[in-house]
Amino acid sequence: MSDTLVKVDGVSKKFCRSLRRSLWYGLQDLGNELHGRRHGGNGELRPEEFWAVKDVSFELKRGECLGLIGRNGAGKTTLLRMLNGLVKPDQGRIEMRGRVGALIALGAGFNPILTGRENIYVNASVLGLSKRKIDEKFEEIVDFAEMEEFIDAPVQSYSSGMQVRLGFSVSTALEPDILLLDEVLAVGDSAFRTKCFNRIQNLISDCTVVFVSHTMPQITRICNRVLLLDHGRSLAQGSELGSVIAHYHGLSGTTEPATQEEGSGRARIESVAIHDGQWHTRSEFSNGEPFGISLHLWLPAEARADEPKLLITIAGEEGSNVAQIYEPIDAIPASEDFSLRLEFKSMPFNAGRYSLTASILLGPRGELAHVTRGSATFTIRHTYVGYAPIILRPSGYSALPIS
Amino acid sequence: MNEPVVTVYTPDSSLSNPLVMVREMFRDLFASRELAWQLAVRDIRAQYRQAFLGVLWAFILPLANTVIWIFLSRAGIVSIGETQLPYPVYVFTGTMLWAILMDAMNAPLQQTNAARAMLAKLNFPREALLISGIYQTLFNAGIKIALLIGALILLGMNPGWHLLLFPFGVFSLILIGTALGLLITPVGALYSDVGRALPLLMQFLMYLSPVVFPMPEAGWASTLFRINPLTPLLLTTRDWLTGVPPEFFGYFLVVNAVAVVLLLGVWVAYRLAMPILIERMSA
Repeated sequence: MSDTLVKVDGVSKKFCRSLRRSLWYGLQDLGNELHGRRHGGNGELRPEEFWAVKDVSFELKRGECLGLIGRNGAGKTTLLRMLNGLVKPDQGRIEMRGRVGALIALGAGFNPILTGRENIYVNASVLGLSKRKIDEKFEEIVDFAEMEEFIDAPVQSYSSGMQVRLGFSVSTALEPDILLLDEVLAVGDSAFRTKCFNRIQNLISDCTVVFVSHTMPQITRICNRVLLLDHGRSLAQGSELGSVIAHYHGLSGTTEPATQEEGSGRARIESVAIHDGQWHTRSEFSNGEPFGISLHLWLPAEARADEPKLLITIAGEEGSNVAQIYEPIDAIPASEDFSLRLEFKSMPFNAGRYSLTASILLGPRGELAHVTRGSATFTIRHTYVGYAPIILRPSGYSALPIS
Repeated sequence: MNEPVVTVYTPDSSLSNPLVMVREMFRDLFASRELAWQLAVRDIRAQYRQAFLGVLWAFILPLANTVIWIFLSRAGIVSIGETQLPYPVYVFTGTMLWAILMDAMNAPLQQTNAARAMLAKLNFPREALLISGIYQTLFNAGIKIALLIGALILLGMNPGWHLLLFPFGVFSLILIGTALGLLITPVGALYSDVGRALPLLMQFLMYLSPVVFPMPEAGWASTLFRINPLTPLLLTTRDWLTGVPPEFFGYFLVVNAVAVVLLLGVWVAYRLAMPILIERMSA
C-alpha cells in the first residue's frame, strides 16, 4: 500500500513567552472562536509572541517513518501535538488518515490509588480501545510489561520504572495507522529498552510513524526520512539521513560550551587547534580521516623539571567522555613557549559534535597546572551514523573453517 | 477493511461548518460512552478507597447543614416563616437537593482541571469528561436520595405516586447544574478566579432559593425568589418527593426547556474552547 496517511501543508503555530499575556490571548482566541473567526488571525504576531513552528510541510505514506530532529525548543513537540489534534494550527492544514496512536505521555491518567489492573482498563479506554478489545489484549499487556505479580497492587506502590513499563505496554497495545512517538525509547532498564525497540519496529512495519528524538543512532535505526527543525522552521528534510543529521550537528547549539580555565597556573595551554592530515586547521571531518591536534604551551623551566604530562579528554554531545589522550611531555625545545603536535592516522568517532578538554599535569601526584575546558570542538559528518561513539575498523579480517 | 477516518486540522473555526460540527459532536459523544464509564468508575473507586468513611461523605455535608439550620431555628437565632411541611423535612430535602445541584455544577470544571495532564498529552473525546462527571453526580445523588427517602418514611411522610415523578426532578437539577457548570468551564480553566468565586456566588444563590428558607410572601425578596429559575426546580422536586401538588409546574417546564438549549450551546463552546485551553494550560 502506498497511500498517503499524513499530509502537513504550510503549518505554523504561535507561542507566547509571558504566562499572563498568554492567558489573556487565550481568552481573546476563545472569543474569536465563538464568533466563528479563524484561529490565529492573519499570521501577525501579537506582542511577546513568536513562531514556535513556521511553514512546515511534509507528506508520509504507509510504511514510512519520519524522524523529527532539532535542538531543544525547535518546535518538534509542538508539531507533534498539532498532529495529534491537541492544539490547533494557526496557519496551514493537517490531514491525518486513519487511527492515530500516540506514545507521548506514558501512563497519563494512571490513578495511583487504583491497582495496575484497573489502571490498564482506564488507560486503554483513554487511548481508544473498547472494553472487549482490552479483555482480549489484557494478558498480552501484562505479559509484555512483566508485571504478573504486581498487577493487583496499587500503582502508587510501583517503582517509576514499573509505571513506565506498564504505560508503554498499554500504549503499544493498540494498532494505529499513524504512530506518534516522543522520546519514549529511553524507558526502563536496558533489557526492557531492547524489547520496546523491537515492539516499535514491529508496529512500524504496518503504519506511518513520526518519531521525535535527540539520539541520532535511534533515528537512523528506525527512520527512513528526517526533518530538521530549527527555531520552528524546517531547515532540511529528506531521505538522505546522513546529510540532514550532519546539518543538525553543524547547528551551533544554544548551549555552546564556553571555554573555562582552571589550575594552579605553573604552566599554561595558550591554545588548542584541530587539523587535518596536512596541518591545515579544520573543524569538520569524516570518520577514518587522518587528523592532528596542536597545542601552544607555555612551560617554564621549573615546570619542565616536574614530570609534565599532557591529558586531553574528548567528550561527546551529552558531555560524557568518550576518549582520552595521556602523554608525558618530553623532548621539547629550549624556549618556554612552543607548539606540540599530536598526529593520528584515523578519526575513530561516530557522527556528532565533540569537544576537547586539555590539561597539563605536574609532579608525581598529577597536580593540575592548567585545564582548558571546551578549548576546541570538531564535528564528524558522514552519511552513516552508527550507534556507539567509537567505530572501530579492523585492519584485516579472515574467515576460517572450524573442523 | 472499512474506509479509514480522515481527520483534518485547520485554523478555521468549526462554526463555519455547523453540519459537520454537529455530526462530530454526536459521534464523539457516542464514542465516549465507554471511556466515560471507566473514568467514573476510576474516580468513584479512588475516592472511596482512600476514605475511611467511604460513601458517607456523599451526604455528611448536607446532613450537617440540616442539623445547623434546625438548631438555628429551634434556638430562635433566626426566625423562619411557616412552612407547609414540618421544618426539619423542609430543610433536609432542601439541602439534599441543593447538594445534588452543586455536585452537578462543580463537575465540569473539576473534571476538566483534574484531567489537565491527560488533556495536554492525549487525544480522546472530551465529552467523556463531562459524561463521567454526570455519572459521578448521579452516583452520589443515588446515595443521597436513598437516605432522603428512608428518612422521610421514618418521619411518617408518604409521597404516594408522585414519587414516580421525583427522578425527573433530580434529572432537571442535574441538567441545569451541568449546563451552568459547563458555561463557566472555558474561562474557569484559564483563570482560577472563576473556581474561587463560584462557592461564594452559590452561597448567595442558596439564600435566594427555597432551600432553608420558605418563599417570602411579599416584598422584593418574594419577587427575587419568584424570578430565580432554581426556585421552580427545587420546589417541584421537593413537592414530588413529599406528595404535595406542585405549584410552579409551568415555570418548571420552561426552565427545563431553556436548560436543554443552554446545554447544547455551552457544549459547542466547550468543544471549541478545548484546543485553546490545552494550548494555554501547558504554555
